[in-house]
Amino acid sequence: MSIDKEKIKDVAKLARISVNEAKVDSLTKDLNSIFKFIEQLNELNTDKVEPLTSILNQSLRSRKDEINDGKIREKILKNSPKKNEEFFVVPKVVE
Amino acid sequence: MSKEKFDYFIKGEKDKYEVVIGLEVHAQVLSKSKLFSGSSTKFGADPNNQVSFIDSAFPGMLPVINEECVKQAVRTGLGLNAKINNYSVFDRKNYFYADLPQGYQISQYKNPIVGEGKVLLDMPYGSKEIGIERLHLEQDAGKSIHDMDPSNTYVDLNRSGIALMEIVSKPDLRSPDEVNAYIKKLRSIMRYLGTCDGNMQEGSLRADVNVSVRKEGDKKFGTRCEIKNVNSIKFMQMAIEYEAARQVELIENGKKIDQETRLFDTKKNETRSMRSKEDAHDYRYFPDPDLLPLKLEQKLIDDLKKSLPELPDKKKERFIKEYGLNVYEANVLVSEKEISNYYEEVAKLSDKKLAATWMMGDLFAMLNDKGLDISRSPISAKHFAELVQSIKSGEISGRIAKEVFEIMVETGDNPKKIIESKGMKQQSDPKELEKIINEIISRNKDKVDQYKAGKEKLFGFFVGQVMKLSGGKANPQLTNEILKKLLKG
Repeated sequence: MSIDKEKIKDVAKLARISVNEAKVDSLTKDLNSIFKFIEQLNELNTDKVEPLTSILNQSLRSRKDEINDGKIREKILKNSPKKNEEFFVVPKVVE
Repeated sequence: MSKEKFDYFIKGEKDKYEVVIGLEVHAQVLSKSKLFSGSSTKFGADPNNQVSFIDSAFPGMLPVINEECVKQAVRTGLGLNAKINNYSVFDRKNYFYADLPQGYQISQYKNPIVGEGKVLLDMPYGSKEIGIERLHLEQDAGKSIHDMDPSNTYVDLNRSGIALMEIVSKPDLRSPDEVNAYIKKLRSIMRYLGTCDGNMQEGSLRADVNVSVRKEGDKKFGTRCEIKNVNSIKFMQMAIEYEAARQVELIENGKKIDQETRLFDTKKNETRSMRSKEDAHDYRYFPDPDLLPLKLEQKLIDDLKKSLPELPDKKKERFIKEYGLNVYEANVLVSEKEISNYYEEVAKLSDKKLAATWMMGDLFAMLNDKGLDISRSPISAKHFAELVQSIKSGEISGRIAKEVFEIMVETGDNPKKIIESKGMKQQSDPKELEKIINEIISRNKDKVDQYKAGKEKLFGFFVGQVMKLSGGKANPQLTNEILKKLLKG
């Protein structure tokens, strides 16, 4: 698999990362060499190997269905660039 | 039930088109707290008051799954006769929106918790099976409020992080009526199970509707459009009708249908393209590194299966067998758990068939009129059963029963008391009836002669007179018998 400049720009847009034109070339090169390395790993046959989802030998931790959080509106809103007493305030987004 | 033929097609200028519909239903899981945090899920709280640092995506916060939400998804899966997956994985679905603070929704992509299942619909043209593709768990987003400020949008994250079940159907639905039946069936099953309250006004149940059309008889599906986030059955039906007609028009004019996301404008009654969602299908899913795979012990699944309540399909069969109801009656009476409970309570104490008839007639009409659920009926099941028994035993006539019913609604009194205090008992004493009838005969000699001369239509007139004279209390069967006998004489 290889990646071209257009794809780089596309992915950057989706991830909301601004990439200036000058950097696109070097990014394309870097990413392609990373993909090449990953492709090397594909040479190994892993048919009978379970996917490794964590290096810790643990299962998913769960909690009981209890209400023990929330009611901290002030703290939640504190770092918002724009807010009023109750809401986050953002630029108008309307379909 | 009469077997009608399926007949929902869109007629274009040239051809007849079949409409193919698949639904992605988002059902809010009934739980006290959210899927990955301990904030409350209660509806209608003050804005942003049920938000934790996890729900608002503060840095360094880690999600911990709510075990009850997992159980609810398994119960729902079992209710849909679906395969429960012992191994499922949570993925990140990446997109940017103001009411999604994480920048991704935790969902399940490749390995959902529930696999294929099925739902049975009773349509006028027979029973129809709708395939379920999958059910997965995911987080809800927050709510954007656009109408409180002319230049800003307000964001409330109370809903952010509440557990949803996304139930994806196969493209098996073919008409707005089938969509109606499907949503109602799903809702009914989940309400029986107690896994979703199905309250569409509060947004607990909403759907993305996939619509495509194809010429009648074609095997290949057409290009589909997805109508996002429709929150009532009526709007779903309207959106489908509009969208199918739009697609047929495009095809007949030789134009191409773009696969796209559209929204349904409920004010203009039309669907239109959502430009903002152009890139939306590139979600770049990947397994959420904060969450390990979800492994379910088979024992847990088996235990949940054993603890499931009787579901509508089973209950329907039982009602038909046990109470002698027809398919239509059984369907109506099992449609909601509360209705079925009420009916069973009444049926235990009175005539089963008559109880069904009166429930589906007068009781439902009254509840509908007052906008009440059966759980808030002004008439208790016990009193209703007494009323049914009074009709069955002949103590009161059907007509009088309607009057008693009205008084029961107003006063909440038991029917026995009403019948006695108002002297509404049916006149079933043959001697008394004969007296009344003889009086009528002597008063209407001319009509009696006409009747005897062959004008049999007049019989109704005599019955009417008996009813009038008896204040509506004459036993109809007895009246008929005695009238016939005495008119002959």
